Amino acid sequence: MTMAEPRPLTAITAAPVRPVYQISRLSKTYGRNLLTALTNVNLTLHQGEFVSVVGSSGCGKSTLLKIMSGLLPPTTGRVVLEGRPVTGPRDDIGMMFQQATLLPWKTTVENIVLPIEIRQGRGAARAAIPRAIELLKLVGLGDFTNVYPGELSGGMAQRASICRMLISNPAVLLLDEPFSALDELTRDFMNMELQRICMEQKSTAFLVTHSLAEAVILSDRILVMKPRPGRIVEEITIDLPRPRTLEMINTPRFGEIVAHIRDLLGKEAFQ
Amino acid sequence: MTTTHDSDSDTVWVEREALIDRIPRWVAMLGLAIVVIVIWDLVTARTGWVSPIILPSPGETLADLIFVGKNLLSGGYMLEALWTTTRTVFWAFLIAGVIGFSLGLLVGETKFGERAVMPYLVAIDTMPKVAFAPLFIAWLGFDIASKVALAAFIATFPIIVSTAAGLYAASENERMLFKSMGANRWQTLFRLKLPTGLPHIFTGLKIAAVGVMAGAITGEFLGGGKGFGALIRQSASTMDTPRVFALILYLSLLGLALFFAVAWLQKRLVFWNKVGQPGGVG
Repeated sequence: MTMAEPRPLTAITAAPVRPVYQISRLSKTYGRNLLTALTNVNLTLHQGEFVSVVGSSGCGKSTLLKIMSGLLPPTTGRVVLEGRPVTGPRDDIGMMFQQATLLPWKTTVENIVLPIEIRQGRGAARAAIPRAIELLKLVGLGDFTNVYPGELSGGMAQRASICRMLISNPAVLLLDEPFSALDELTRDFMNMELQRICMEQKSTAFLVTHSLAEAVILSDRILVMKPRPGRIVEEITIDLPRPRTLEMINTPRFGEIVAHIRDLLGKEAFQ
Repeated sequence: MTTTHDSDSDTVWVEREALIDRIPRWVAMLGLAIVVIVIWDLVTARTGWVSPIILPSPGETLADLIFVGKNLLSGGYMLEALWTTTRTVFWAFLIAGVIGFSLGLLVGETKFGERAVMPYLVAIDTMPKVAFAPLFIAWLGFDIASKVALAAFIATFPIIVSTAAGLYAASENERMLFKSMGANRWQTLFRLKLPTGLPHIFTGLKIAAVGVMAGAITGEFLGGGKGFGALIRQSASTMDTPRVFALILYLSLLGLALFFAVAWLQKRLVFWNKVGQPGGVG
């Protein structure tokens, strides 16, 4: 593993590396006593790259994701996606949350086209249904398009929410601990699914997670954050070949990487 | 030496429910009714322990039930009274629904409503609303309008409270999802908050259905007129207790009809609430 240096992304795409998301000098302070949640965060996501951020609770990683998604304004700094500054929620940002949050009165496929319905109206949403069905097939939910979310398992619901995120062809996927509410076996499976989908769609993705193993198995780069004030302390390039498999978790190389990150985080936790 | 077991035998056993929990629903309902009626008959007709003016025997009550039923079916004055009360209840429920829902939206959706309107509503809600009956009669006369006003007044508050509470029912995750999709206030209200709040709103409507009955009958007790409440009061004033019992039983059918109409509507509109939703929203 190497420290923050530009690297060729041959593992995912052979095309010249193009920056998609650029963040510079970002900081965020909360409230009257100016609690510093983030300070001087600089970050660039390249086309087709999978980047994760790990850190203990309260290190500011959720705040970072909220600012990136346009749900929260930054205090200082510059946030630019595809050449345009992010000043609010945008349809070229795909989001996925810890909870699938499917509306129980809409069928699965109606839930998938919800972002289209909200942004472009019911007509456009109807027109998007064939594509939604295609996406549901992509995640193995082809037989569940017309059932209500009450009949889906937790893992199936999260797969449906992947489709909802992909329906508007976003330039970047922002993933907020998407599988942390699932059991471990389902979670492993979903991580492999996510990798497959991201590789097929050539997605640029940004993942916030508590799980070091999850971050290592999915990412091209991992940002390690520390709290008080929230900042990126190290950037680790993961040189495991793609596609990643669950067997890699048992390799010595994998173990080394995880141990290194744990060491970085552990030092902070007991200071 | 310890007891030996056949190593291949299944260790099947059954969890036994207590006897009282194993009685089927219809047997339990019917059985309880029979027991109550037998005891009732025993203390009135059989032994005469309780005076008929205080509690008529089941036989007397049944005779009056049949009498009132005949009058209702033949379109007599009792049917007219029931129809008056039904109209009162209908209009009061409708008015309470419209006003309650509107004020609930104001209080639950806007900061102004929450800050300025809610405190006054809470203050009025703590008053005994029946005490306003003489005012309504003074303002609206002895006709049906004053009863409608009292019944609607009583029924409005549960609808306000449940609508406002329903608008808070959508989770933080759902709100964030809608925000991230760029939904505006109206979209969030009509496509997320209101559907999520429907179960709450229906709870309020059911409470209102009970309130509107109480309000209508109280209004008719106090303000006279042609309703069922006036009929009950007349019978009570002549010590005709069996008639009072019979009238109350028929009146309860009106309340039940209203309640089940609301429950039926809820089943149709909130169809998703009956299935468990592990992947859906809570």
